[in-house]
Amino acid sequence: MSSETNKILTTDGIPLEESLKKAERKNKIKAFLLVSPLLLFLIITYIFPIGEMFTRSIDDKMITNMLPNTFKSMEKWDGQDMPEEDVFKNFYIDFKNLVEKKEHGKLAQRLNKEKNGFNTILKKLFRQIQRNKIDENGSFKDQITSIHKRFDNVEYWRAIKRTAPPYTMAKYLKGMDLYLDEKGEISQVAEDRRIHRILWLRTLEVAFFVTIFCFLMGYPIAHLLATLPMKYSNLLMICVLLPFWTSLLVRTASWMILLQQQGIVNDFFVMIGLVADDSRPEMMYNKVGTYVAMTQILLPFMVLPLYSVMKTISPSLMRAGKSLGGTPFVAFWKVYFPLTIPGIGAGCLLVFILAIGYYITPALVGGASGTLISNQIAYHMKTTLDWSFASAMGLMLLTGVLVVYWIYNKLVGVDNIKLG
Amino acid sequence: MALPKYTETRYRVWHYMYLGICAFVFFFLIAPLFVIFPLSFNAEEFLVFSDGMKRLDPDAFSLRWYEDMIYGTKNPWGLAAKNSFIIAIFATLGSVILGTVAALGLSSRHMPYKGIIMATLISPMIVPLIISGVAIFFFIAKVGLAATHAGIVIAHIILGTPFVVITVTATLSGFDHSVTRAAASLGSNPVNTFMKITLPLILPGVISGGLFAFVTSFDEVVVVLFLAGLDNTTIPIQMWTGLREQLSPTILAVATCLIVLSILILVTAELLRRRSERLRGINR
Repeated sequence: MSSETNKILTTDGIPLEESLKKAERKNKIKAFLLVSPLLLFLIITYIFPIGEMFTRSIDDKMITNMLPNTFKSMEKWDGQDMPEEDVFKNFYIDFKNLVEKKEHGKLAQRLNKEKNGFNTILKKLFRQIQRNKIDENGSFKDQITSIHKRFDNVEYWRAIKRTAPPYTMAKYLKGMDLYLDEKGEISQVAEDRRIHRILWLRTLEVAFFVTIFCFLMGYPIAHLLATLPMKYSNLLMICVLLPFWTSLLVRTASWMILLQQQGIVNDFFVMIGLVADDSRPEMMYNKVGTYVAMTQILLPFMVLPLYSVMKTISPSLMRAGKSLGGTPFVAFWKVYFPLTIPGIGAGCLLVFILAIGYYITPALVGGASGTLISNQIAYHMKTTLDWSFASAMGLMLLTGVLVVYWIYNKLVGVDNIKLG
Repeated sequence: MALPKYTETRYRVWHYMYLGICAFVFFFLIAPLFVIFPLSFNAEEFLVFSDGMKRLDPDAFSLRWYEDMIYGTKNPWGLAAKNSFIIAIFATLGSVILGTVAALGLSSRHMPYKGIIMATLISPMIVPLIISGVAIFFFIAKVGLAATHAGIVIAHIILGTPFVVITVTATLSGFDHSVTRAAASLGSNPVNTFMKITLPLILPGVISGGLFAFVTSFDEVVVVLFLAGLDNTTIPIQMWTGLREQLSPTILAVATCLIVLSILILVTAELLRRRSERLRGINR
């Protein structure tokens, strides 16, 4: 028998296998076409701009484009002794170009960041050029070094050389309170200026404790909601869902009212005699306010995944545990609790990730000691307009979130996330 | 949850402690919302309960902050509410259309690279808002839509679609695909099948996803703060400014209105969820 006859044919004479493959391919394309509008939209408006944040955060092309000739001639300079005449000549040419384009101020600003003192000496050089005091046939090295003694200091030329690469890690280092010193080594900024590390640690601390508080408060009520008869649990569920659907700002506002010095919480403390009327504690504009408000705001995100997992656990399991001789505590710990771990994982992940990027509530109730890294990112986006630094810090935060997500995926599995 | 008669005392004590803890947590969750109600009717300017209010004196209550909200001289709330609704409605429409179509493709068992594509589609929900805000701002600024309604709508579509994708794929997971095949075998074209068969069946999921998207947009402040100009101020922006500068009772009047709105949304969402569960046969 030939193999031809073994093949099953469809009515139009094509082998069935081929025909099925064709249909499969058609279905694949059809499914992909349905997804593609949203995928394309997100890639263009969202994924790509996140990538742009990266290029922006390491970009240092501005100065590379401002002093092209200088950097070219500096390639041959080893950075030990004073540079040769051609470096001075090219620096003069580049600087004169910038003066003509009125961009020398930008250069001075950027170089001053690299090493203090550039502003003054570049201004002097600018004035000399304006007055045509520099003889273009004479030695540039002699003329420039005589303008100011700093031009005769090799440190300043090394600083210029350091700015040559079009890319820099400086923003990332700055985000960790580090910087590249004169020798090109990573070193710490002065102790009184290390603000970012404090912010990172505080962000982690707040996110961690808010997650713990949410877990401690969310677990009992999720359990109650899952075990009560439907008609009661539906009613109590409103207590979880109403805050969930209510505007974040409304909830923050209500905490601002409650926690103020003449507010209801303090009134209550005075009434039960916990504190004296004239020494009401400040509960807002510090960490207490941040913790309390964030815990209440994020609590529903803990309760809903826990509830949906607990709902699936049959109550007979606990009864079986007890009937086999376990005390209620043992039965809970050995039977019930392990079954709720996917819910705990999902809830904690959700709360932690939301808390780590929190911005609005800390900014309103946190005061100075309650500001977190997100506030700093927003500050650089809106006030100092240092977008590349904001991008760098944003990406550092994103990396942290992805690491948490990855750990979670290893431990619990992302598929276990449920949204209520 | 009555305890059986034979329960030992220590478990009895523990049980009542547990109920007490639960009561405290429920109180902690819901009570802050109800502080706002009475204070928004305060006749005075201070954000504390006056002595008159404690005695339930009618003179201590007034509607002046609601009047201020609606008729106030330099009142920003009218414009803010109009902008908020316009932006939220268009953002919801965009999210629902893009999200539902994508969910249809995603729940097909022929979909290639399902995991990575799903991760991409719901990434705006996982990435912290502040980072999304920075990224979206760069895009919107580059295409020249900063400080326009269109720019904010695009931003909110990005943030809203993950919710639609998740709710609609969840609804579709219990969907019986033989009904669409039945429709096709009876001569219906795919668009007609979708409109007449699939859509009515998954509608609860679509609407509840739309509600999520609406609330996300209506309540969103982080990204809007980067994008909005003076003409596109929204309710959250006004509240943010108000809360930063001075907590006035007018804000409480607005907050009360927002709470009423969220009660309405909650009721709708709950009704839809129950209907959807009934349709999917998950009736417990």
